Amino acid sequence: MEASKVIHAIYTDDDVLMAAVKKVKSEKYHIEEIYTPFPVHGLDKVMGLEPTRIAITSFIYGCIGLAVSIVMMNFIMIQDWPQNIGGKPSFSYIENMPAFVPIMFELTVFFAAHLMVITFYLRSRMWPFKKAENPDPRTTDDHFLMEIAVHGNENKLSELLKETGAVEVNLIDKEH
Amino acid sequence: MYTFSSKLKTFSIVLIVLGALGVAYGFMTSHKSLDEVKEMIAHEAAGDHGGGHEADADTHVVADDHGDSHSEESHGEVTENHGDEHAKHVQHQLENRPWSALYVAAFFFFMIALGVLAFYAVQFAAQAGWSPVLYRVMEGITAYVLPGALIVLGIAVASHYIGHNNIFIWMDPEVVAHDKLIAGKSGFLNMTGFIIRGLIFISGWSLYRYFARKFSLAQDQADINDNRNFKKSFRIAAGFLVFFIYTESMMSWDWIMSVDPHWFSTLFGWYVFASMFVSAITVIALITMYLKSRGHLPFVNDSHLHDLAKFMFGFSIFWTYLWFSQFMLIWYSNIPEEVTYFVTRFQDYQLPFLAMVAMNFVFPLLLLMNSDYKRIPWFVVMAGIVILCGHYIDVFNMIMPATVGDRWYIGIPEIGSVMLFAGLFIFVVFTALSKHPLLAKGNPFIKESENFHY
Repeated sequence: MEASKVIHAIYTDDDVLMAAVKKVKSEKYHIEEIYTPFPVHGLDKVMGLEPTRIAITSFIYGCIGLAVSIVMMNFIMIQDWPQNIGGKPSFSYIENMPAFVPIMFELTVFFAAHLMVITFYLRSRMWPFKKAENPDPRTTDDHFLMEIAVHGNENKLSELLKETGAVEVNLIDKEH
Repeated sequence: MYTFSSKLKTFSIVLIVLGALGVAYGFMTSHKSLDEVKEMIAHEAAGDHGGGHEADADTHVVADDHGDSHSEESHGEVTENHGDEHAKHVQHQLENRPWSALYVAAFFFFMIALGVLAFYAVQFAAQAGWSPVLYRVMEGITAYVLPGALIVLGIAVASHYIGHNNIFIWMDPEVVAHDKLIAGKSGFLNMTGFIIRGLIFISGWSLYRYFARKFSLAQDQADINDNRNFKKSFRIAAGFLVFFIYTESMMSWDWIMSVDPHWFSTLFGWYVFASMFVSAITVIALITMYLKSRGHLPFVNDSHLHDLAKFMFGFSIFWTYLWFSQFMLIWYSNIPEEVTYFVTRFQDYQLPFLAMVAMNFVFPLLLLMNSDYKRIPWFVVMAGIVILCGHYIDVFNMIMPATVGDRWYIGIPEIGSVMLFAGLFIFVVFTALSKHPLLAKGNPFIKESENFHY
């Protein structure tokens, strides 16, 4: 694919950035990406990003963990070798259930937490030795960067961005 | 200013009257002669499972401790004598029922008010920024602490002086004389100590409530930069919380755990506290939503409701944690002197015992887990009603097995008592709410609270 052009507008204040995002959105430009050094509250709302569904995945993982613990202990303690250990009733799962609850709880939490974290890594494409996708190292310290695709309207767009308080507006050839 | 709507006032008075009638009916029908009881037992035995109750009677911790002077009777005719003892035991249980029903309902509504008082103090001590818009609602509910606590203590004391020790068997000197275990505890469990401790608890709680309310109202009138009253509230809240955690624990031994004087549990105070706290937060949410739906709390928004619902959710799980910790430790080690507590509950109270866990844990867990649902008023109301019913059953399960045993039923005496105290609670709380403006405008955190957004 040929190289396309993008504009990088750099801001130094999160309030200015928020106002700029509102302005750019109202002018119907498509914001490709925003790089910030820290979470800016409300930025996702202003950008119109969809809410995350990671909590739902976590709930499902928790249910799986609960099922795993029940099936596991039912097989080991009740079906496979129901021996008498200290007089605990191993005739059916429900009779000995209170003894299994700590494990049921822990496995639910374990599955819900770990699988959710792994889901997060996969979904946000993070892993060791991954090449950092950082257009400007200053965005990890104290600058905010907004990236907008250009379709032959760079002059108009850079004027608009300057108006919104950008300290730098750069036209970049982006390789895909 | 909120005015106590005449409709609600009439409703609360109707509840009180109907409830009082139900309670009176319970007391009038509970006294049966020994022959009537014998006839009833014979009828039951002929009914379906004969002899079941004979065996059951022996599992009750208190079965042999009723001081009906049966030790003086001749032990010649063993079977005859046992039949008599059993009938007397049942007769006593039947007599206990209206007392216990009244006591359970009185304690339930009192504990809501006390829980709100603790929650209120926590908000001050933690300098919470979200809750000041709800302070007047909480202050209104805590108006019930003093009357509610006096009623609970009054019923307990009256059951000794007016009744026949219908709730606490250790109050019966005959029982103590024949029971070494209770006699050994009589240094703590005696009428004088019980009354004095109760009065100390009540006066401590009421004093805090009185001063907290006073400072809160004074802060409204104070100059904009004058936060002296707020600082005083902060200090007494911290002091009260220390007092509260000791007295709440002792109150739970005195007023609840001592119905089973042979049994003890170390985390019982916490368990009662969790039940108290979650019901209290639920009632704050319900009353807030009621007032908001009537347009009296325009400054309360979805986020406040969301926070309350989060507390309902969290403390429901906290209650379950303590309930299960108490149950599982006793079930696991299965020491006879401790486990009888759960044996009676599991044999005779299986439905309320298990339904309570579903209502107090599974239901709020699944309903209030979703963040969006916590902002929908009817959803929170529905969860709240189930939580409150569940915690009524919780108190029911703490008291009833010790007093009426397997003769329990949720009938006219129980429902009448709940209606009586619900009516009284509504009357006292809404009267207190109508006394002062519903926004604590002098609180230094009020601006933050009004703009609270989650």
